[in-house]
Amino acid sequence: MAMTVKFEKRLNPSVAMNVAVPLLSVLAAFLLGAVFLTLTDRDPVEVYETMFKGALGSRYGLSETIVKAIPLMLCALGISAAFRMQLWNIGAEGQFYMGAFAASALPLKFPDLPAILMLPGMLVLGCLAGGLWGLVPAVLRARWKVNEIITTLMLNYVAILWVDYLVYGPWKDPKGFNFPLSAKFSATAALPTFGDSRIHVGLLLAVLLAILFWIVFEKSRWGYEIKVIGSSEQAARYAGMDIRANVYKVMLLSGAVCGLAGMAEVSGIVGRLQPNLSPGYGYTAIIVAWISKLNPAAILVVAILFGALQVGGFFVQTTGVPASVASMLQGAVLFFVVGGEFLTKYRIVLSRKEVV
Amino acid sequence: MGEQAFFIAILSSAVIAGTPILYAALGELITEKAGVTNLGVEGMMLIGAVSGFMAAIVTGNSWIGLLAAMLAGGAMGLIHAILTVSLRANQVVSGLALALFGSGLSGYLGKAYIGIPVTEPFRSLPLPVLGDIPFLGPVLFRHDVLVYLSWGLVLTLWFFLKRTRAGLFLQAIGENPGAADSLGIHVFGVRYLYVIVGGMLCGVGGAYLSLASAPSWLENMTAGRGWIAVALVIFALWRPGRALVGAYLFGGIDALGFHLQAAGVHLSHFFLQMLPYIFTITVLTVVMAKRGGRLAAPGALGLPYDREER
Repeated sequence: MAMTVKFEKRLNPSVAMNVAVPLLSVLAAFLLGAVFLTLTDRDPVEVYETMFKGALGSRYGLSETIVKAIPLMLCALGISAAFRMQLWNIGAEGQFYMGAFAASALPLKFPDLPAILMLPGMLVLGCLAGGLWGLVPAVLRARWKVNEIITTLMLNYVAILWVDYLVYGPWKDPKGFNFPLSAKFSATAALPTFGDSRIHVGLLLAVLLAILFWIVFEKSRWGYEIKVIGSSEQAARYAGMDIRANVYKVMLLSGAVCGLAGMAEVSGIVGRLQPNLSPGYGYTAIIVAWISKLNPAAILVVAILFGALQVGGFFVQTTGVPASVASMLQGAVLFFVVGGEFLTKYRIVLSRKEVV
Repeated sequence: MGEQAFFIAILSSAVIAGTPILYAALGELITEKAGVTNLGVEGMMLIGAVSGFMAAIVTGNSWIGLLAAMLAGGAMGLIHAILTVSLRANQVVSGLALALFGSGLSGYLGKAYIGIPVTEPFRSLPLPVLGDIPFLGPVLFRHDVLVYLSWGLVLTLWFFLKRTRAGLFLQAIGENPGAADSLGIHVFGVRYLYVIVGGMLCGVGGAYLSLASAPSWLENMTAGRGWIAVALVIFALWRPGRALVGAYLFGGIDALGFHLQAAGVHLSHFFLQMLPYIFTITVLTVVMAKRGGRLAAPGALGLPYDREER
């Protein structure tokens, strides 16, 4: 008797697997992480315990987890819009920085602006800058088929260097003891927070946007059009859909939401423009979006998990373990999710065969 | 500094700055020839850079470091092959996972090695006679051995793709895996092989940074060079010779910023640092616009192969 293993394509993707795969992937990533921790003479149980307790074990940890989850939610939502159309926007990080830059211009250049104009103005500027930063690769892609993965990524470096230039140069606070920081924003430029926590109304914006995204992408005619273009450009063209215009619209929207994330971060958390605003939110958000299968509700939940991972990485640093352990784990989760998708599409069939 | 000395300095550093991109681009080139896109080059280079560096520190031998970098890059390639060839995963996302994982893992592993000097880095090894040619000598023939090896690799790869049976098989698989399969070529095996070999070359590219040009380890020291290598393959139209020219062009832009600053040009170094990224976007756009969006890309690039859907 011999066993043979066969993969059979499922007619419909398995729902159970859609839930099980991400959960198992997180587990598998932590196991893989444990291997590397053990190899480098660390006790994985201790490291994970520190991360877990740090991120979720106290009021402060929990609130920090939400604080880190907000930019992840917003960026992942932005990314999801582009991914729906098979537009690989890897540029959330740069769009985040451009949003932060443009939003900062208002309180820095017009600190006495009436409160009623300040926050809305920053919001508009942040969205606009992020959107335009996303539009550049869109135009190149729509007109000349320039690979948007590379262009969006290259623009990340440009945006980060641009913000560096500003805070090391023209926007440096003259009273800042030569630190690369802009002047502090006025109180009118700060997003309101919940109670005495650092959690700001960016959370509310993310939830509202998630609902809006669900309506737009699942229920509206335009959302349907995006879906069609995403699954087959040719079919969409036959149906008379304007692909170029939709590439522009989607990347503008995608970039704008990531820009909003940058605005929310400088306004709600930092209170000034500074380098290293993001520990890679724009990249982590790609993982968040993909694991969530671009579903807005799932994005909110997964973003909190990854926010916790980020905070856990911060806590584990105090015990001498590099914080990059968190980004290693995040990358590993994505591996397993990507590999695990096989299980949602295929069924493993074991059959016994008589050996003649 | 005289004008000629200035040019020699720039061109010579263009070769140094272009070499890691060249190795990575050649790796990506053969992976793509087999029909698999690998966007994890950045992560593979980082893993190569850090493991090469660690091995060189531990053993005191940079050649062992280079070997370690190849093995580590190959291991990353193996992961990509398992995901994209066997499990037919989305190649874009798998590559992104590699890039992110590689950045995180290399940062984690390398933390203890920041600021340590390599005992025996790859030093420049002027070639006799050739190194003494005026102008060309210092530009081309006074480098480390890995630069010379990269030329050999370009030639080998060119010959392999143009003139050998195995090279033709490789291209057949990238163009039309179904047809190649019916010719009796083992599509899955060959794809595994070239994804792994591609990963090894990316590892070498990374190790060049940490063992020859820097030579030291810094978190995320590749600074986007892996992505530039991916762009370079498109620019090179999947030809090894053009990849060489392109790599030195990118290296030149990289070096130009540095040398302009040293020459006292009044432009913020942040803008000079932007040059390679903006140049990449510009070059890619020009190539695409000139060719009307039609490239000589392998026909089945990016598509998983499923025997039953043949």
